[in-house]
Amino acid sequence: MRTVFEYTKGMRDTEMTYCPGCTHGIAHRLIMEVLGEKNVLGSTIGVSPVGCSIVAHRFMNVDMLESPHGRAPAVASGIKRVHPDNFVFTYQGDGDLASIGTAEIVHAAHRGEKFCTFFVNNAIYGMTGGQMAPTTLIGQKSTTCVDGRTKEQAGMPVKMSELIATIDGAVFVERVALNSPGNVRKAKKAIEKAFDVQEKKLGFAFVELLSSCPTNWGLPPVDALGWIKENLIPYYPVKQFRCPQEVSL
Amino acid sequence: MKEKKLMKGNEAFALAAIRSGCRFYFGYPITPQNEIPEYMSRELPKIGGSFIQAESELAAINMAYGAAASGGRVFISSSSPGIALMQESISILASVQLPVVILNVMRGGPGIGSIQPAQGDYNQVTRGGGNGDYHVIVYAPNSIQEAMDMIAKAYDVADEYRNPVMIAADGMLGQMMEPVDLPEDKGGIKAGDITKVKPWALTGHKDMRDRIAMNSVWLKQDQLEDYINSYWPKYEKAEQELAEYETRSLQAAEVVFVSFGSTSRITLEAMRLLEREGIKAGLIRPKTLWPFPFHAFDEISAKTKQIISVELSKGQMMQDVKLAVSGRWPVGLISRVGGMLLDPLEIVLKTKEILEVR
Ligand SMILES: Cc1ncc(C[n+]2csc(CCOP(=O)(O)OP(=O)(O)O)c2C)c(N)n1
Repeated sequence: MRTVFEYTKGMRDTEMTYCPGCTHGIAHRLIMEVLGEKNVLGSTIGVSPVGCSIVAHRFMNVDMLESPHGRAPAVASGIKRVHPDNFVFTYQGDGDLASIGTAEIVHAAHRGEKFCTFFVNNAIYGMTGGQMAPTTLIGQKSTTCVDGRTKEQAGMPVKMSELIATIDGAVFVERVALNSPGNVRKAKKAIEKAFDVQEKKLGFAFVELLSSCPTNWGLPPVDALGWIKENLIPYYPVKQFRCPQEVSL
Repeated sequence: MKEKKLMKGNEAFALAAIRSGCRFYFGYPITPQNEIPEYMSRELPKIGGSFIQAESELAAINMAYGAAASGGRVFISSSSPGIALMQESISILASVQLPVVILNVMRGGPGIGSIQPAQGDYNQVTRGGGNGDYHVIVYAPNSIQEAMDMIAKAYDVADEYRNPVMIAADGMLGQMMEPVDLPEDKGGIKAGDITKVKPWALTGHKDMRDRIAMNSVWLKQDQLEDYINSYWPKYEKAEQELAEYETRSLQAAEVVFVSFGSTSRITLEAMRLLEREGIKAGLIRPKTLWPFPFHAFDEISAKTKQIISVELSKGQMMQDVKLAVSGRWPVGLISRVGGMLLDPLEIVLKTKEILEVR
């Protein structure tokens, strides 16, 4: 008999506590699948953020360290100094990475740190109950902009991939979306390339994953996926910004 | 034979850390401790270590967090405002129970303050500064030699207690030069030995063990309470075993000074001047600020009439002195702040004033 589908070795056999329809689960699984397929789960150290995925270490079957809010890239830089040959990644939300932790992500990219960052952009602060994030769209409602974000009051939403792509040390930068099977497959490819970049020690690799937050967007799960397509992707284009030749195939 | 050398404080501290096996240093420039990152940037790469000039103290302490969790021997240094920035992560280091040695070359505060020596971080270093129930073990050297010895010891204590340990030096110790005996070189931990020496460290599970997850978040409050109670006995043990102090001339002392760090050396000079005027003075010098050496105060004689806390802060240490004294003697304060130093004559004059008022 041929096995067509297996439980991912990289995911622990435990109850997922994310809300129904939240794509954190998909993002976790893709990263763990890639590491499993590369057969490097045993030499990987992950850094989880402060945000809904603060509990990522419960689900991911690799050694993990939980970072203070926003500092994951600094934490990962320290880990990588002690274990330069291990795979190291950070997993961060948009409040974590694009607000409180902008200095750490920008400077890790500048140093060309040889780890991967997976940036889950759901355009809202999920864990604290739906406040405006730096990535919240103009007109999008949140508990700190109940009539919708305005440019006058909060400025335009931050485009992190575009920003990181201006930095020399960030050799791989791609934005993907988790809203459809096709896009999920592309997301996995991007994650694979990010780890290839790390394996070849080429520099910093950054993957932004456009994600859903049905609970705080006030949408049913399926509609939330539609909202990614209709609202997030038009402002945050899904594309590869940088990719070194060595992994571009 | 011991190697002897004339060294500037900050460089000696950095050398002591390296000889204690430190191979990872992360720092951000701040006066009066800049010679430390400068020294580390030169020396660590030569011996297979790593130096990162971090983008901030926030980043530096979190790099230390990552490296310590990975089993590296880490050294962090900064000065007062930089230490203030690190406090969130120092609380996390204590919560996750990681050994990191942190040097604070104290300067005047509050705020950005001044760049001259001060001891106004007493509360910051002994009362946490970060949130929650934890302690940082704090050593307070009064010479460059003692600082070097304490740094070596701090690594052992940090490993034994699985807790951050701080050395509270000050700008005077950092900037002056003294002859020192160089400590023995213990060498670094080899990468391959980390799993043996620190089986709790993150190394990747290698499919040989369950994954290790280190975190300071507890979404169930009863589990957090259990966790805090589970590690709390180590602090009780530290209070029993780690307090260190030096005493001078307590037997016949009319007045007993309590003073730490470079200030204690000025206090010693003041004691000699007082002696000439027929006033017998003694000294208790805390060598650890947490745990504070409460027992030392039981050695004070019945003849003593007055205790005086001599410090470069507005009576921050005096609060601990009063706890230690528990009403047995009156407690006075002689202090300068903001980066101003005490001189021996000033201590003499103020001591006489305090004794007269009594
Ligand atoms: C220093 C600090 N500030 C604030 C918080 C509160 N906090 C927890 S999660 C969070 C935001 C997380 O949002 P995001 O990064 O977008 O992740 P999500 O929950 O949406 O996945 C904040 C502000 C904290 N834990 N620590």
